[in-house]
Amino acid sequence: MRRLPPRDVDAGLLIKDAARLLPNPSRRLFLRHTASLGALALLTGCDIVDGPSSEKALRVVSEFNDWVQARLFNPNRLAETYPESAITRPFPFNAYYPEDAAPDVDEDRFKLVVDGLVERKEPWTLEQLYALPQETQITRLICVEGWSAIGKWTGTRLSEFLRRIGADTTAKYVHFACAEGYSVSIDMPTALHAQTQMTFKFDDQILPTKFGFPMRIRMPTKLGFKNPKHVIGLAVLNNYTGGYWEDRGYNWFSGL
Amino acid sequence: MTETRHLERPAEASTAATGPADLPVHPLYVRITHWINALAVLIMIGSGWQIYNASPLFPFTFPNSITLGGWLAGGLLWHFAAMWLLVVNGLVYLTLGLVTGRFRERLLPIRPGEVARDLGAALMGRLRHDDLARYNAVQKLLYVGILLTGVVIVASGLALWKPVQLRELAVLFGGYEGARLVHFFAMVAIVLFLVLHVVMALLVPRSLRAMIRGR
Repeated sequence: MRRLPPRDVDAGLLIKDAARLLPNPSRRLFLRHTASLGALALLTGCDIVDGPSSEKALRVVSEFNDWVQARLFNPNRLAETYPESAITRPFPFNAYYPEDAAPDVDEDRFKLVVDGLVERKEPWTLEQLYALPQETQITRLICVEGWSAIGKWTGTRLSEFLRRIGADTTAKYVHFACAEGYSVSIDMPTALHAQTQMTFKFDDQILPTKFGFPMRIRMPTKLGFKNPKHVIGLAVLNNYTGGYWEDRGYNWFSGL
Repeated sequence: MTETRHLERPAEASTAATGPADLPVHPLYVRITHWINALAVLIMIGSGWQIYNASPLFPFTFPNSITLGGWLAGGLLWHFAAMWLLVVNGLVYLTLGLVTGRFRERLLPIRPGEVARDLGAALMGRLRHDDLARYNAVQKLLYVGILLTGVVIVASGLALWKPVQLRELAVLFGGYEGARLVHFFAMVAIVLFLVLHVVMALLVPRSLRAMIRGR
């Protein structure tokens, strides 16, 4: 159930223009509806407690929990960091597709598309991104499934990147689009958190395909599924865009 | 025997003698919070098993037929909704129990000698429940134990939910992974209590009636 096949993983999809990449409200709404239909179809027992109407009511509470979590979030509080000896090896792979279906992003054709409430919308090449100031964190990734693992990630603070593109940091959300069709959106305070990173390296090596080459967003203050891999687009927005799992029922804020 | 009890608890003994005006075994707030808690606990356990199954700590999973939510996201939605019911209701109960003096009156003192004596009597099937408002030492111990377990499962749950924002709390349980274990074993303790609690209520049906009607 939680490992659905990836949608349209093919090279042609990898370089897209911003218009196709970034969310448009009607497409989102459609997704929301198909997601609940999908959830309906997947229910085996179809009893009242597991039915779509109860999930709908529960999602109202989930939105209340988003509100509570945003208030609990302290922008100055850092997630615990660990020594090298604490790193989990081998680090687990986890996605909604099998490991061999992870998208192969062509680094020469890769461009990070930037859109929304930003002053500079020029796309970024990998070379340009690698030239940004980088730092390393050894933090714990906590999965929505319950397990956790400690890893070492190296990259640029997202706040630094947002500053360079002239992002409106009073906007509510930052939305990320991924090569294989995954998407996720986060709150601005988390986007500006000191440990929220545009990650280019894992364990001192260029980010391997399975962990999100060429770039993932690492946030030790959110659950693992909020840390998108293979990010090819970023938009600063004021409208809610949800995300792949969020549309299917996971709590949106999912802060730690 | 009953004479001695009356001597020990003159206030209640005298009201008991006055008939219709006597105090209920369980005041209304206890009955209401008890049944809300029962519902919340069942939801938390069923959805908790669903969440456990997504990444089992031990080499077993709970059968899907006894879990709640249908899948991980459903289980999480239930768990993080029912937690409000559990915590708000629990706080009302704990506050009133402390303020009204009910906890002190009903649950204390617990003397090891009495626990040993009553446990022996219970195992021999000789423990009496003539006065439902008066708990034997084993009951006192188990009720205090389950209240403390309730505090532990909520605290460890908060540590799992917010291991960064509530880091100090998580440290208390040995970090995130430690809190997972504590949360799991607190669940086991509650399930064991629940089984015993229901069996006892069925063996002494008057106690079940008292939790519904008050007496």
